[in-house]
Amino acid sequence: MSEVANTIFSPELAARFDHLVTIYPLRRSALVPMLLYAQDEIGYVSDAVVAEVAQRIGLLELDVRNVLSYYSMLRTKPAGKYNVQVCTNISCMLRGGYEILDHCKAKLGIGHKQVTPDGVFSLEEVECIGACCWAPAMQVNYDFHDNLTTIKVDDIIENYRSGRPSETGKDTK
Amino acid sequence: MPTLVSHPDEVKVISRRFGQGAANIDKYLELDGYKAVQQAIAEGPEWIINTMKASGLRGRGGAGFPTGLKWSFVPKQSEKPKYVLVNGDESEPGTCKDHVIFREDPHAVIEGTMIAGLAIGSKLGFIYLRGEYRYLLNIVEKAVADAYARGFLGKNIFGAGVDFDIITQTGAGAYEVGEESALMESLEGKRGVPRIKPPFPAVVGLYGGPTVINNAETIANAPHILLMGGEAYAKLGTERNGGTRLFGISGHVERPGVYELPMGYNLKKAIYEVAGGIKDGKKLKAVVPGGASCPVLTADEIDVGLDFDQMAKAGTMLGSGGVVVLDETVSIVEFALRTIAFYQHESCGWCIPCREGTDWIKKTLTRVYQGGGSKKDVDNVQYLAENMMGRTFCPLGDAAAMPTLGFVKKFRKEFEDYIEGHKAGTPIITVQQLVGAGH
Repeated sequence: MSEVANTIFSPELAARFDHLVTIYPLRRSALVPMLLYAQDEIGYVSDAVVAEVAQRIGLLELDVRNVLSYYSMLRTKPAGKYNVQVCTNISCMLRGGYEILDHCKAKLGIGHKQVTPDGVFSLEEVECIGACCWAPAMQVNYDFHDNLTTIKVDDIIENYRSGRPSETGKDTK
Repeated sequence: MPTLVSHPDEVKVISRRFGQGAANIDKYLELDGYKAVQQAIAEGPEWIINTMKASGLRGRGGAGFPTGLKWSFVPKQSEKPKYVLVNGDESEPGTCKDHVIFREDPHAVIEGTMIAGLAIGSKLGFIYLRGEYRYLLNIVEKAVADAYARGFLGKNIFGAGVDFDIITQTGAGAYEVGEESALMESLEGKRGVPRIKPPFPAVVGLYGGPTVINNAETIANAPHILLMGGEAYAKLGTERNGGTRLFGISGHVERPGVYELPMGYNLKKAIYEVAGGIKDGKKLKAVVPGGASCPVLTADEIDVGLDFDQMAKAGTMLGSGGVVVLDETVSIVEFALRTIAFYQHESCGWCIPCREGTDWIKKTLTRVYQGGGSKKDVDNVQYLAENMMGRTFCPLGDAAAMPTLGFVKKFRKEFEDYIEGHKAGTPIITVQQLVGAGH
């Protein structure tokens, strides 16, 4: 049923997009979610993603890029497999958010918006993620980790490195 | 993974199902779920709006507009479809209350959306969550699917001959989209740039149709209000400030958390009793009482009731209910810089006073913070902030200017002392990190 052949997405995501463009009063409303879901699967919003999303919705690539550049979660370059996003906004700052960020920088050996050479981790300093009462907090991909200490961060990162993220991130799955 | 907290002074209305597994539809039904919407179908739009008006409920996103009145502004007859839009783009620094609602009681948001739809004659509601809240979106989507499976959503809901659908939507990272017209732009697949008003959303909103847009907490209150009655809800609060609200107390307190307190509850008590006082026995320095955009209160100014009117009288705002507590170790210069750095990052750039104003205030405060400031800088910051006020399409310009003005007016001496080399507080930001913040 898809109008778009040779999809770059998995069959599941392509089917999801086929459905998504039909549910709104205007097709274009699917744009922001589609870009984010595409990024979740491909790792970033590549040129091919832009082209296919534009075609699926019936927009110019320019329209898609115009929207893409507005939203801070959307990226046009790959991040690490685990994107560590440390909040340093006011509530987190008061409870050690910068200490957590510095610790992550030292531990991963990378700075803001950088990726480790093996591609496993990337690091971002982010604005408020809505976990103020459980500060300091960070997200690894979409999983929240809060009431952080440097020891807890070590543990979380080691768990991701060894493929056991569920032990720390389980209640947000 | 919010940790739930409680205190004897809490009055649990919206939080009454928290911690009881109410994301499960059977549990929700057991706890009086989906009763209010059935009553709303039976009683009709006028009854719903009158009950909401009587409740004195005011918008929980921060502006405090009376909800019943907002709903009554939607024209009864409309050529274009009408919509209900739930704002779950919770992004105001210091605010995490909707996070808890979506996690603990998603069906209350769904039921509230349906009630708003019945009140205005809409058949379609949208629940928009910020992109970072993916795990919460999953919870809400599951709840919506369960409601469809039971016939509570879709065609002929509850067999009552009424149709209502809900679409869930994710954002992708943008504070600005929390503004109602920017949210509608985002939902229409565009950059989240605000629209000029008027026309207001109640007349021309989403897809050009009349739209009610409410904060998630506001919407989730609706079922409770219909069940308990508008007057009973109003009585829990103060005059013109009905009911209770969720206050997220964060920063330097012993027991940070989201507490439901009656409107008008004393701020000092909220900090010292409910949240357990200042962390590690330190002294209080200041409080940002309703999210980052609210002017700061000094330690001597906190003996005030937490409602929209009392906070306005105290020269600040109730805002989003995010109470951020600063102890004596905090440098206000640094805190002001971190605050403006956020707004500079989030300014969408549409209105020049906001785009340029936030940038120049950030640059000036960065210079001060680095030790290169002059006393004139404090005047410049104040001048810039005063010239942003009221000169932008949306409230982001004001949201950046108001806290800045609060800091430089109330802590002017600390800025001047800092410039002269007498630095109060313990610096924690290095400027390189700050410049990189969020980019």
